[in-house]
Amino acid sequence: MRRFGCPQMKFGVLRFPGTCDELDALYAARRVGDAELLWHGERDLKGADAIVVPGGFSYGDYLRAGAIARFSPVMESVISFAEDGGLVLGICNGFQVLCEAHLLPGALLPNANLRFTFRQVDLEVVQSETAFTCACAASGDVITGGEAMAGGDSRVGGDSRVGGHLTLSIPAKHSWGRYHADEPTLAAMDENGQIVLRYAPGENFNGSTHDIAGVRNERGNVFGLMPHPEHAVDELSGSTDGLCIFASMRLAVESARV
Amino acid sequence: MRARVLIRPKAGILDPQGEAVQRALPALGFEGVANVHVGRLVELDVQDAGQLESMCEKLLANPLVEDYEIVLADS
Repeated sequence: MRRFGCPQMKFGVLRFPGTCDELDALYAARRVGDAELLWHGERDLKGADAIVVPGGFSYGDYLRAGAIARFSPVMESVISFAEDGGLVLGICNGFQVLCEAHLLPGALLPNANLRFTFRQVDLEVVQSETAFTCACAASGDVITGGEAMAGGDSRVGGDSRVGGHLTLSIPAKHSWGRYHADEPTLAAMDENGQIVLRYAPGENFNGSTHDIAGVRNERGNVFGLMPHPEHAVDELSGSTDGLCIFASMRLAVESARV
Repeated sequence: MRARVLIRPKAGILDPQGEAVQRALPALGFEGVANVHVGRLVELDVQDAGQLESMCEKLLANPLVEDYEIVLADS
C-alpha cells in the first residue's frame, strides 16, 4: 500500500459539475478522519489515502450517468490510484462513474419501476471482511471525530440480522440504479466474493440482478453501492448504519500502515 | 460528413422505457404495436468516419448493455 506522512487518514471527495452529495460525503468522512474536496478539473489528489466518488448528477447524467465524468482529469488520477491499490468508494452516481471507468464490473440501468425512488432500504452485508465493511458489525460503539480505533472492538452498525447476515438501514435515492452484469461475469463475481451488499428481501425496488446493491472489484480496493451511506451517519436522519463504511475504510488504511 | 449513431438497449435486457411506451400506445387508440424499445440518437459532423466506431466503443455507447448502429449521411 501507500506510504503516509500524517497520522490521521485523509479522504479525497470528488466534485464534478452536477454532483450534489459531496458535502454529506465530506461530513461523513470527517467523522472518521480528515477530508477534502477534489475538483474534477484537477489531477492532484492532495495526498488522499482513500477516494470517495459521491452521488449526484455529474454532467447532468448527459449521454449516460457517469459516462462523461469518467474521463475527467481527476478520474485519470483516481484510476491510477486504484491501479496502485488505493481505496475508492463510489456512491450512487459514483458507482455509475466507476462502472463506466471499468474499475468495477457491470453497469447501472434505469430502475425497473421507472421511478426516481427515495426511501430507506435494508441491505444485507454479504461480505463482511472487505475494506469497506470490516467495521460493520453488531455493536453499540460509535466512532466520532478523532477517537482512536481500538482493534477489533471498533465496530459500528445496526444490530439487525436477516438470514444470518448483518443488515444496514441506508437511504436509496435514484432513478438509474438497476445493476446488470452478464451471467459469466456474475458467476465470477460470486466465486470471488465480489458481491458485497444485497437488497434484503422485498427491498429491491430497482430490479437489480440478483438483488445486488454493492460490489467490489476483484482486488478488493474499489467498491460501489447505489444507496447513500453518507446520509446515514447521524441520529438526526434516523440511522447511523452508513458510518461503518467510512470507518471500515479508515481501519483498512490504518492497518495497511503497520 | 454527417453521421448518425443509433444506440439501443441490448436484446434480452429489460427495457422499462420501451415497455412504458408500448403500454401507452394502446391507451391512445393505437393497436397492434409490439416490441417497442427506446434508445438514443447522436448526430455529428465528422472529418474521419473511421473514428466513429471507436467513439461509440469509448463514449457514445456502453457496449456492455447497448448496441449501436452507425449511419453515414450519403448511405
